[in-house]
Amino acid sequence: MKIAVASGKGGTGKSTVSVNLAYTLALKEKVVLADCDVEEPNLHLFFDAEETEKEVKVPLPTFDMEKCTLCGDCARFCNYGALIVSKEKLLFLKEMCHSCGGCRILCPAGAVGETEVSIGRILKSEPTENLTLITGILNIGEIKAPEVIKDVKITAEKIPDSQITILDSPPGTACSMVETVDSIDFSILVAESTPFGMHDIKLAAEVVKERNIPACIVINRSDGQDEAIEKLSEEMSIPILMRIPFEKEIARIQGNGEILSAHSEKYRNEFMTLSDRIRKIMGDAS
Amino acid sequence: MKKIAVISGKGGTGKTIVTGALADQLNAKMIICDADADASNLDLILKPEILRRIPHAGLKIAEIDQDKCIGCGECYEFCRFDSVIDRKDGTYIIDSLKCEGCGVCGLVCPAECIELKENICGEVFISGSPYGTVVHSELNAGSGATGLLVHEIKKNALEEATDEDLMLIDGPPGIGCPLQSTMSGTDYALIVTEPSQSGLHDLKRLVEVLEKLPVEIFACINKADLNPEITEEIISYLTDSEVPMLGTIPFDKNVIESVRSGIPVTKTDSPASDAVKEICNNLSEKIL
Repeated sequence: MKIAVASGKGGTGKSTVSVNLAYTLALKEKVVLADCDVEEPNLHLFFDAEETEKEVKVPLPTFDMEKCTLCGDCARFCNYGALIVSKEKLLFLKEMCHSCGGCRILCPAGAVGETEVSIGRILKSEPTENLTLITGILNIGEIKAPEVIKDVKITAEKIPDSQITILDSPPGTACSMVETVDSIDFSILVAESTPFGMHDIKLAAEVVKERNIPACIVINRSDGQDEAIEKLSEEMSIPILMRIPFEKEIARIQGNGEILSAHSEKYRNEFMTLSDRIRKIMGDAS
Repeated sequence: MKKIAVISGKGGTGKTIVTGALADQLNAKMIICDADADASNLDLILKPEILRRIPHAGLKIAEIDQDKCIGCGECYEFCRFDSVIDRKDGTYIIDSLKCEGCGVCGLVCPAECIELKENICGEVFISGSPYGTVVHSELNAGSGATGLLVHEIKKNALEEATDEDLMLIDGPPGIGCPLQSTMSGTDYALIVTEPSQSGLHDLKRLVEVLEKLPVEIFACINKADLNPEITEEIISYLTDSEVPMLGTIPFDKNVIESVRSGIPVTKTDSPASDAVKEICNNLSEKIL
């Protein structure tokens, strides 16, 4: 089962929920924890383990200027403005290129080739006996986060015998979040009860609803004023399965990069209950 | 006109709270942009009144004419965004959420039955507010390409601007496409960070990105008292990186209350308000 932890708004506690749920489940079964927030990955800060590394590469076109006739077909085709062809020369702006491969297919002179360029890294480690952590990291200055996320997910799928994969989504509801929630089984939406949090959790809920992904809400840093989220939960028929109160001690543990569930039996039990309730929903659905 | 963006790396550190306070406090004629396009919340504080709505066309989306489709699957083979769905019954459809509008499917289709269609995926708003003109947006959930929308927002703000001294931009989290689009042509960045290992890690990545750009950087630390040790670590990192620290903001329940009442925190009487006012003053001395 693949579970994505998403939120819309940043900083609501996605990583807290992902790390603690994965840690708790891994006390009993094989778990893969995948950090899909490749622009600002943080899950590795909670674990201490040796990592293996591989590069994420994307194809980029190359141009053989001996063969190029400067016909300009490629520039007219490119919808991203990555190619400019004048009477004298061809200019390729690699930052704009989406690696679609169109210029190579259509070039009448056969002047376009392709090369692989590194845009990020995937780190793999086994911080506890049953837990595999996969972290995607976008290289500084690169923008193609969804391509790195794709690779994180492929790497996660290749881990043998894992019962459950938990994907920590980046904030927002744009390309990167959509890539993360693509073909998953369940989504945990982490909400906080401020007007900002409300607005953004609604957008995130709409994305998963549109994709027919069953979901639940976890309220983080609850100060007891959760009425607005409760109303949203009712309106969108997304159950609230857990509440984590605001406590300075929790903020301190989390801030130090420590795992709440490792400190507290109460939270181990609560995260175990959360997973039982999710499995019940999934069991009832299938 | 100078341009300043409030950014953070990590999400949820308090960018929008600080932007709202700057809008309230800076003594300059401002045009204000909400460039956190897929979690745009600044309107909840500034309460802008929408004057004009401009439809936002995102990347075009391919559409297969099912009557002409011969079911050859070439589009499925060549699409690099996995956005052609093989329905396993000899038909193919486009997943509009994944399509990036490159046009390769149309290029390889022997039946010439695929066309790129315009895709209105949100709206840009030009609004009035007591703090100045606000340019913000609403993006249909899941429609992607926020970098493009950020570009649209800034372009509209430049067109709207007349005699403004400053463009104030509430930026997105992260360091990828929307952030790069926010920083393009921007003179200053105010980083809002928080004292956690995640906050510090993300801050370092953000500073590394900004150091490659022609931009002057400042920083402040929100909820600084929640973890004084890491706050110290952040301050020493900022000193080493020669990023001027403009101040710290204490954890204060009045901040959430100000958001709930829909006003800038600087309109409340609270410790956080005093701290943010000092940061605004310090910034004002540096850039105005």
